[in-house]
Amino acid sequence: MSSSLPAATFHILLSLAEEERHGYAIIKDIEASTNDELRLSPGTLYRSIQRMLEEGLIVESGRRPARALDDERRRYYRITPSGIAAARAELRRLAEMIRIGRERGLKPEMP
Amino acid sequence: MIGFYRALLRLYPSAFRAEYGAELCEIFDERARETSPPRAVASAIADVVPNALAVHFDILRQDLRFMWRTMRRAPGFALTAIAIVALGIGANTAAFSLADFVLLRPLPFPDSDRLLRMWNSTDGSGPNDVSPAEYRDWKAMAKSFRALGAYSFTQQNLVGQGAPIRLTAVRVTPDLMPLVGVPPLLGSVITPANTRAEDTAVLSNDLWRNQFASDPNVVGRVVRLSGAPHTVIGVMPRGFHFPERHVDLWTPMVFTPQNYEDRTDTYIHVLGRLAPGVTSETARAEMNAIAARLEQQYPDTNKDLGIITTRLRDQIGRGQRLLVLALCGAALCILLLACANLASLLLARGVSRSRELSIRTALGAGRDRLVRQLFTESILLAVLGGAVGVLLAWTTLPFLARLVPQTLPIAETPSIDFRVLGFAAALIGLTGLAFGMVPALRKPDSTRHRMRSALVVTEVTCSIVLLITAGLLMRAIWRIQAIEPGFRYEGVMTLRTALPLPKYGPVAARERFYKQVLDGVRALPGIESAAYVTGLPMERTGGIWGMEIPGVPKSEDNSVSLRYVTPGYFATLSIPFRRGRDIDQRDAQNHRPYAAVISESAAKRHWPNQDPIGRRFKIAMEEVEVVGVVGDVKVRGLERANEPQVYVASGQVADESITGYIPQDLVIRTDLPPAQWLPSVRQLVAGADAEQPISHIRPLSEVVAGDTAPRRVQLRLLTILAIIALLIAGVGIHGLLSFAVAQRTKEIGIRRALGAQPRGVMSMILREGLRLTIAGAIIGVVVAVLVARSMNALLFGVPPADPETILAALALCLVTAVIGCIRPALRAARVQPSTALREG
Repeated sequence: MSSSLPAATFHILLSLAEEERHGYAIIKDIEASTNDELRLSPGTLYRSIQRMLEEGLIVESGRRPARALDDERRRYYRITPSGIAAARAELRRLAEMIRIGRERGLKPEMP
Repeated sequence: MIGFYRALLRLYPSAFRAEYGAELCEIFDERARETSPPRAVASAIADVVPNALAVHFDILRQDLRFMWRTMRRAPGFALTAIAIVALGIGANTAAFSLADFVLLRPLPFPDSDRLLRMWNSTDGSGPNDVSPAEYRDWKAMAKSFRALGAYSFTQQNLVGQGAPIRLTAVRVTPDLMPLVGVPPLLGSVITPANTRAEDTAVLSNDLWRNQFASDPNVVGRVVRLSGAPHTVIGVMPRGFHFPERHVDLWTPMVFTPQNYEDRTDTYIHVLGRLAPGVTSETARAEMNAIAARLEQQYPDTNKDLGIITTRLRDQIGRGQRLLVLALCGAALCILLLACANLASLLLARGVSRSRELSIRTALGAGRDRLVRQLFTESILLAVLGGAVGVLLAWTTLPFLARLVPQTLPIAETPSIDFRVLGFAAALIGLTGLAFGMVPALRKPDSTRHRMRSALVVTEVTCSIVLLITAGLLMRAIWRIQAIEPGFRYEGVMTLRTALPLPKYGPVAARERFYKQVLDGVRALPGIESAAYVTGLPMERTGGIWGMEIPGVPKSEDNSVSLRYVTPGYFATLSIPFRRGRDIDQRDAQNHRPYAAVISESAAKRHWPNQDPIGRRFKIAMEEVEVVGVVGDVKVRGLERANEPQVYVASGQVADESITGYIPQDLVIRTDLPPAQWLPSVRQLVAGADAEQPISHIRPLSEVVAGDTAPRRVQLRLLTILAIIALLIAGVGIHGLLSFAVAQRTKEIGIRRALGAQPRGVMSMILREGLRLTIAGAIIGVVVAVLVARSMNALLFGVPPADPETILAALALCLVTAVIGCIRPALRAARVQPSTALREG
C-alpha cells in the first residue's frame, strides 16, 4: 500500500482534477466541498503548491480566463498525469481502508 | 493592516515571497474583510510563522540532499575541507585551553586572586623560604591581610593500611586552611579551634579513596603516620590541590618557642589573604616597609633581606609560561593555515562550479537562492570540521598534561575551554562564509587566481615560521642534552625509603638502617655498588646552604647545594674524583673533624690555585674538613645555573638536626633488570624495618629525562604542527597549480602548437609554483626570526637567526613545494596541441 498523501495535497489534487483553478479558488472550492470542515490557510496552500510543483503533481497553466474576469496576479494551476495517478492511488488506499473496516464490522460514521 | 502582513511575509525565503507574495496579500485582504482585524492578525501570524519555517526547512533539506550527492560523487573536497577545519579548530582549542588552564583561569579557591605568596629575598635573589620567626613578625605587623598562614612540605609513612606507603604531607599552621577557604567534604579542616598539638590529619580525596576505600566514617579514626598516632578530622573534596598537585594529606604545624630562636632557619612558605579593600600593591608596599623595619631591628640576620609578594596565580616559571605561549603561537599559525587552505579550496571549487551555477541560474534559480545554498554548505563543513576538531582536542588534551607545571594547585588534565572553541569555530565559519560566497559574486577568474596565490604565499609563510621555530627548539634541546650532567645515569637504578621521624631522629638508628640495607644490597650478585643520598640530582633541586669559611665575609656568595651521602655514592653515579678520598667508615658521628667532599667549582671559588684538602669550613651548624674534591653535577637540571656542591658523611650530623636532609634515596649501579634483584632489596628493607615503605623505584635516566620532559613534549607538538603546516602548504601549492594548468589547457596547447617544448611548459609551471614559495619563504624567515627573538629564553643560546636551521627549513619547504609542483607540471607537459585546441 502506498504511503498516504498529506491532506492538503490530496484536497488540492481533487480540486484541480475538476478544473484549472487559482490559489484562492482552490481554498474556496475545498471549503465548499467539505462543508467548511477544511479551511486551508494561505500559507499552507502555497507551501503545498510549491512542493507539488517541484514534485510534478501540478503545473502552472498558461491559460487565463477572459481578461475582464482575471486579476493579473492570479496564477492558474493544472493537474498533471502524475498528479492524477497520485490522487487515484490515494483514493484506492482510502477505498481499501474502508473495505478493511467493513470486513471488521466497522461502518463509516454518518454525518 | 496589509503593511503588517507584508512585513510578516518577510519571514518567508525571498524566492517564495517573490513567487506567491502578491497572491498571499490578496487572500489576506479578502479574508480580513470577513473577520475582525485582531482575529485577522492572529490567524495571519498563526499561518505565516509555522509555514515560513517549514519552507525554510524544505530548502535546507534540499540543499543538504544536493550536497550529500555532490560530496558522494567527489568526497575528496569535503574530506579535505573537514580535515583542515578539524585541525585548525582542534589544535587551537587544545593549545588555548591549556594556556587558559595554566596561565589565566582563576585558581579553584574562593576569591583566589586575593591570595598572595610571600618569600624572603636576599639582595634581590630568591625567592627563598621563610623562618618561623620572620613569619611571626610579619603576622604581628602586617595590616593588609585578613589572615596569614604558613606551611611546609614533609613526608610521612602511612603504616597499618596494608603495605607501608610514603605520603607527601603538608604541615599547615592552623590559620592556613580557613584562609584558603575551601570547605571539607567530610569533617573539618585544620583550624585554630580544633588544633592543640600536631596530632590530627586531613586527608586528600585521592588518599581517602585509595587507602581508606572512601570510608564515610573515616573521621575520628586514628592512623599511624611515621609511627605517631594522628586522628583523621576531615577529608577534602576532589579537585582540591594545595599548595600543589600531589599532596596526600595535611597535618597541623604548631610552633614552639625553640622554632622562633633562629631567624635563619628557613623552611616555611607563607600565604596571605588580602583584607577587604586592600590591593596587592598596597600589601606589597606594606611588606617592603616591614622588611625595612626588620632589617633595622635585626641587623645581623636581616641585612638586605627583602620580601617578595606575588599573586598565588603567578607562581609559574618564565620558561613554562613561554612553552605554553609558543604552543599557542604555533596553534594560531595552524588556524591561519587552515583558514587559508579552506579559502583556497572553496575558491577552486567555486570556479569548477561556475558551470553548474550558471546552468542553475539559467534554469531560473535566483542568485540569493544560490548564495543560500553555498552558505549552507560552508556552515555544514565548518560544523562537521568543528565536531571532529573538538574530538581531536579532547583526545590530545591529556597528552598536554606534561606541560601543566606540577607546582600549581590545579588538576593534571586541562579541560576544554568552550570560549576558545567558540572563537576558533567562529573564525573558521567566517572564512568558510567569506570564501564560500565568492562563486556567487561572479568575480573574474584572474581575481580568484590572485586571491589563491596570496593564500599559497600565506601558507608557505606559516609553515616556514613553524619549521624554523621547531628547528630552533630542536637545536636547543640537542644542546641541552649534549651538556654533561656530571654523572653517568646509565645502569643506575634508584628507589626511596623515606625514614620517618621521630623514629629515625637519632643518627645511630639511621646509620644502622643504611648499613644493614647497603651491606645486603652490595652482597647481591650483579650489583656493582650502592649508596644512600639526601636527594637525587635534578629531582631535589633545592637544599641550598651557606658555606661559612673563617675570615671570609658572609656577604660573599657562598651558597652550595648540601647533600649527605654514605660511602660509595660517587662511585655509583660515576662522579669523578679529582683529589683526595671518598667518605668512608671512619666518618662516623663521634669522629672529628667531620668530613666533607666538595665539588671542583666550590674548591675553585674559595681556594683558587690552592690545595683545598684539609681546609675547614662551617656548614649546617657543624665544622667540616675537606677530604676530597669531585666533579661538578648539574643538580638543578641541565639548563639551569647550579650552585657548587658539598657532600657530608651521612652520620656526621647532630641527632634530630636538619632532618630535611636525611638520606632517603638508594642508588644502585647494576646491569641486571630489576626483576632479578628488586625482591631481594625489598626483603632487605623489610628485614631492617618491617614498617618501612619503598617508593619511587625507577632508573636514574628517568629522573634525568624528567628534567627536559616539558621541553620534549612541546618540541614533539611543535614538530607535529610544523609537519602538518608543511603538508597543508604542499597540498595548497599542488591544488593551485593543478587548477591553473586545467584552466590554461588551451593556452598551453597554443604554446605547444606554436613550437614550445614540453620541457619549457613544465618549467613555466614550476616557475610559478616556486615564485610563490620563495615569496612566502622570505616573509616567513623574517617573521620566524622575530618570533624566535621573543622566545629567546627557550633557545638556550641558539641564535634566533641560526643560519643552519633557516637553511634546513627552507630546503624542506622547497622540496615540498617541488613535490607539489611535479604533477601539475607533468600534466602541463603532456598537453597535446591538438586536444587542447579541440577542447577549447
